[in-house]
Amino acid sequence: MSTLKQWSASPPSLLGPERRTVIGCAALLGVLLVLAVVGLCRGDTWDTPVEALSALAGQGESAVVVQEWRLPRVTAALAFGALLGCAGAVFQNLTRNALGSPDVIGLDAGAYTGALVAITVLAGTSAQLAVSSVIGGLAAAAVILALSVRSGINGIRLIVIGIAVNAMLTAVNSWIVLRAELDVAFAAAGWSAGSLNGIGWDDLTLPLFVAVALVALLMGVSRAMHQTALGDDLAVTSGVSLGRHRLLTITAGVGCTAIVTAVAGPIVFIALAAPQIGRRVTGAAGVPLVPSALTGAALLIAADLIAQTLIAPIALPVGVVTTAIGGLYLLWLLIKEVNRP
Amino acid sequence: MSPALRTDPPPAAKAALSPSPGAGHSASPAAVAHSEPAGPRSDGARVAIFFAGVLLLLVVASASVSIGAQTIAPLEIWRAFTDYGGTDHQLIIRDIRVPRTVLGICAGAALAVAGALMQTLTRNPLAEPGILGVTAGAGFAITLGTVFGLTNSPPAQLALALLGSLLAALAVHSVGRTSPLRLVLAGIALSSVLAGVSLGLRLMLPDVFDHFRFWAVGSLAGREQLPIALPVAAIVVALICAMALTKALNALSLGEDVAHALGIHVVRSRLAVLAVITVLAGAATAVAGPIAFLGLMVPHIARRPAGGSVPWLIAYALVLGPVLLLLSDIGARVLLTTGEVPVAVVTAFLGAPVLIWTVRRAGAVTL
Repeated sequence: MSTLKQWSASPPSLLGPERRTVIGCAALLGVLLVLAVVGLCRGDTWDTPVEALSALAGQGESAVVVQEWRLPRVTAALAFGALLGCAGAVFQNLTRNALGSPDVIGLDAGAYTGALVAITVLAGTSAQLAVSSVIGGLAAAAVILALSVRSGINGIRLIVIGIAVNAMLTAVNSWIVLRAELDVAFAAAGWSAGSLNGIGWDDLTLPLFVAVALVALLMGVSRAMHQTALGDDLAVTSGVSLGRHRLLTITAGVGCTAIVTAVAGPIVFIALAAPQIGRRVTGAAGVPLVPSALTGAALLIAADLIAQTLIAPIALPVGVVTTAIGGLYLLWLLIKEVNRP
Repeated sequence: MSPALRTDPPPAAKAALSPSPGAGHSASPAAVAHSEPAGPRSDGARVAIFFAGVLLLLVVASASVSIGAQTIAPLEIWRAFTDYGGTDHQLIIRDIRVPRTVLGICAGAALAVAGALMQTLTRNPLAEPGILGVTAGAGFAITLGTVFGLTNSPPAQLALALLGSLLAALAVHSVGRTSPLRLVLAGIALSSVLAGVSLGLRLMLPDVFDHFRFWAVGSLAGREQLPIALPVAAIVVALICAMALTKALNALSLGEDVAHALGIHVVRSRLAVLAVITVLAGAATAVAGPIAFLGLMVPHIARRPAGGSVPWLIAYALVLGPVLLLLSDIGARVLLTTGEVPVAVVTAFLGAPVLIWTVRRAGAVTL
């Protein structure tokens, strides 16, 4: 696999950030800012960037619209995209496979099951949603790992088992939605594809705090993560305590996915593609966290803008856009692998 | 057994017990060896199993006719067939439950036989029309046809479904032909693209798709009133063709050279089998919507009693497919007190464990 070759050619995190990586990250950051400003301007009536920015400072007639409606949505898209990108990088490093991302192997679906249980059985408060979707995601991860342990933690067999678990969980989810009261079912169905429609500051405060904690945790383990990606033996020799490291990274990765799912429903594809695109843009070795997070944020806000604009005035769930693009990207990855001699 | 071999077994036995990739290899010969004496090899036993399956199908079919939202006394059901009086209950039986059961039998047989043919043809235990994106292709073609107003007549709908399933089968095969697991991934990827675009189209044009909402998730409910004669006829013809092709498939399963030596036209037989699979999967999707996993489950259950004979595998799939689909459909009616679960949800829940089991047991090993 070429990824392995690349990893061994330039060991990550030992030489410090290379110049191209810095330039790539800066470029991604620039794209992000432009998309964020577009997101602030976009609405039923378009504002000029100057108007939007001054409204952000509290001036002009669209101040309320921008601050209370558009800003939370843009913030959510950026933060959730970054979290999904991180989750994807974590699991792709763990499984050493570009297809081993949380949305493909059913962690999103597991977190969504948890969220649905919180809504239908419990009161469905923000904290309950967060906790139960994390539990759902962790349970799904535990089941997949337990079932595929025969083939080791990496490998395509784990992915196919994950796909099967994903199918079962999706079936369970649609059964829960169908069983639920009508109003709950409507709420859940609108969000089953993953949607940022109607997100406000109230929905965001808790997730953003958790997100900061998770990102701090990931920064702490990122070095060990890249060492582990070189191979279990190498990681152990270079001083990584494998069991503890895996527990920490899986928890952090599932946490990233679950927080997003609890608020916005299962948004697929970002976790799959962001790490791979980020890696190529920045020319970084391995599957690095920071470019993945930046690319994830850029992808999600772009997909959200497309979802809002494509058939305006109806806002599509952003997950519909990401599913379609994600499947194509997956096919492209496979075609490339087949054509490789 | 020499002493040298005697010393070997402990690690091998450990490998079979402990989780290692080798366990999959060592398990299959053991399983075959185990089934050799136990499994029926005489034709009499096979015929007995087949008739037991038919009996089971009759039981399940009559359960499918008698179980539903409306409780109807057995005597009343009997009267609906023998002396029809036109009461409400008899109407329910004759116009809703019986067509639905017939649909279930046809779709189940079609999907199961398509799965068995695909697994035999590709020698891939994971091949299945639902997983390989063939049903998704048919579903997408019908969705797209609806957008352009092409699905008004049953023949047009059937033709679209066949075209879609053929294109999807070719696309997935060309991307994933190098390994069984890659084939599954390619199928899943294509299915998700098609599902995403279909969902987007349905959300964009809610009026056009109003009556397609139930079809899109894969269900037997609400199809009773539609004209089903043409798809059912197509399925029956394709099933007969499948039975006629079993001899060629039996030879093909021994390898191309052996098949050629046995006087089988390899290329022509392959194309014929592919055509039959397309018709079966496409027509089943046209009547029942995209139902996944059925074609995976049934051949795996049928393979053990068939004992390596392709004709018997197809025959058992022909009987067991309807049994499983009807059971899932009855479950779909009973699971919810307020309405119905789409039957595809039930088959996904039953079928995914079979996928996991197959991957754990066989993995990348071809048949």
